[in-house]
Amino acid sequence: MADVTAMPSPVLAPHAARTKTANHEAHAAWLLSLPAIVLCFVFIILPVVAVITLGFTNFELGYAGFQFVGFENYAELLSDRTFRQSLGNTLLYAAIVTPISIFMALGLAMLIEAEGIGRSFFRTAYFLPVASLLVAMATVWQYLFHPSIGPINAMLAQIGIAGPNWLGASSSVLYSLAIIGIWQSVGFNLVLFLAGLTAIPRDLYAAAQVDGASSAWDRFRLVTWPMLGPTTLFVTTISVISSVKVFETVKTLTEGGPNKASEVLLFTIYQEGFVYLRVGYASAMTVVFLAILVVLMVVQYRIQDRQVHYT
Amino acid sequence: MSVLSLRGIEKSFNGNSILKGVSLDAAPGEFIALVGPSGCGKSTLLRILAGLETADSGTITMGDQDLTRLQAAARNVAMVFQSYALYPHLTAAQNIAVPLVMRRLSRAQRLPLVGPLMPGQRQIIADIKRDVRDMAASLKIDHLLDRKPGQMSGGQRQRVALGRAMVRRPAVFLMDEPLSNLDANLRVHARGEIVDLHRRAGVPTVYVTHDQAEALSMADRVAVMIGGSLLQIAPPSVIYDDPRHVEVAKFIGQPRINLLASQVEEDGTVAFGQARVRLADRGLAAGRSVTLGLRPEFVSIDRDGENGLPARVERIEFLGSEIIVYSRMEMSGDTMIAKLTPAQGAGLFAGMTVRVGASAKHLFVFAADGERLSAAPLVKTEAREVAYG
Repeated sequence: MADVTAMPSPVLAPHAARTKTANHEAHAAWLLSLPAIVLCFVFIILPVVAVITLGFTNFELGYAGFQFVGFENYAELLSDRTFRQSLGNTLLYAAIVTPISIFMALGLAMLIEAEGIGRSFFRTAYFLPVASLLVAMATVWQYLFHPSIGPINAMLAQIGIAGPNWLGASSSVLYSLAIIGIWQSVGFNLVLFLAGLTAIPRDLYAAAQVDGASSAWDRFRLVTWPMLGPTTLFVTTISVISSVKVFETVKTLTEGGPNKASEVLLFTIYQEGFVYLRVGYASAMTVVFLAILVVLMVVQYRIQDRQVHYT
Repeated sequence: MSVLSLRGIEKSFNGNSILKGVSLDAAPGEFIALVGPSGCGKSTLLRILAGLETADSGTITMGDQDLTRLQAAARNVAMVFQSYALYPHLTAAQNIAVPLVMRRLSRAQRLPLVGPLMPGQRQIIADIKRDVRDMAASLKIDHLLDRKPGQMSGGQRQRVALGRAMVRRPAVFLMDEPLSNLDANLRVHARGEIVDLHRRAGVPTVYVTHDQAEALSMADRVAVMIGGSLLQIAPPSVIYDDPRHVEVAKFIGQPRINLLASQVEEDGTVAFGQARVRLADRGLAAGRSVTLGLRPEFVSIDRDGENGLPARVERIEFLGSEIIVYSRMEMSGDTMIAKLTPAQGAGLFAGMTVRVGASAKHLFVFAADGERLSAAPLVKTEAREVAYG
């Protein structure tokens, strides 16, 4: 192997030997990474390229052939009221669910971390919604939110408040769905935060106390929050993605209604692609959806990455 | 006069008694090393002193102030941790500034956006920056001020940790094995630096370590802690030459002291070979078992002759300026460690039969419960009288 790493030699023979070995290694490398390359191409790159391509066509499932229509689909998106509504709804939903589920999870995680005895019980309890099937749990929520027989409104009536028609009124439907979204994602974020909290060296808290951080808030500012930086970045990323992808609850509980008040991006794409079979148009929407996610992630990492990794 | 005083500190965790009534006084400017094997409770005691744990009973006073129930932030103590516990997201300068920021700025003045608008905040921050720079200059870490802990070496981090502890001129300095994460060379160097800094600052220091050499070389007084009790508190030379307890003798000194099981004889003496000591307490019944202690440097090894007891050399370690000889006593089977000069050890080899001896004035006698018994060496004639009389 010595001649592989040696400097170029004036003698021809070792040079030839080196290229031969290098070639051999290169072959082996390609061979070994081939399965991964093929899988990556077939399952990730190809579908993305296909979606982008279809977005420039008027392809409709069931009709033979299609034409390239350039940016016509995108032009239509701009004037599509349903799409604009669903884009706005999705952003509002994400803007509610992401911060609340993150800060609620952080607060709960710190409470659970401080508690010695019930830790694993609480962890399991809060994680249950993550493990359960949302479609199945949606029926439970439908019952809970029912305006006349639902226990939530029954409880509100006890204290003299007339509860809203949670899922039935266009003014409240998105917030009701957001409550379900928070309920579902808090557990997951909480487990991530718990892991992050456990990894903080106890000595730092001791040092903070000796240094004069007398209140819990001071110690949170000085130790917990900065030390959780990497976890928070990850949790934020995951939460944004999962809240932008809200679909099951909308599909099972509201079908985008009433009056498109709970129309969200993924549901609109589903409607266009699988109900109206306008695959080209749905693909264009998907591209916009992907672009939004990518931009969000890039912006977020640009802002946060430098601040949370300290070495 | 003591500036810091601990009285009857007790602490137990889940029914395990960790500290069993510890009392300790520190004089102004004193450097006390708290030394003991791991798990003896020395770190717990330090954390109680810092206010990070509360004692089950006992009191802590500093000057005329009772600290017992005061939380850590309210005590004027600083602590250096074994892991240094630097805040990884802050630069060295910010790390050193933390204790000053926490104490000099009000909560409102510390707020991120509103703080700078508070009256006086700017002046206080300028003062803090100046103090940090002065501290860094005296520790020779000025060039590190903009670095984060992740970009510093172990020795540099240790200095920053020292700086953070010293910057606010605490009334008491606590150090929890601050050198144990450094490599051997740096450790010896850092010992000298810490002693130097202590001398300049003149602040009473409690220094926890499991390394007896560190304790002996740095401290004004060494407190030996075994199993949750302070067995002896004394200057290093006294701890070494006059241990009050067998555990102290065992823990202090490298190589370890030789301990041999023995018995009190009819006439109230205890003997090792020809070396014989008379116990001061004549009430001890003959036949009572005691432990004889003999430091390796006082063990003599003769190639022949009649002095001493027969033994076989098992192993010889050459350490340059000295030679450590391990030999097995033929009668008792005990291993005897001797520290000799190279000249004394010349010609010894493993497997050789020798005679191991000691002089009576270097024998320690410990009772079965570990307490040291006072004993006086018998002079030769007296010894003979006793032996034949």
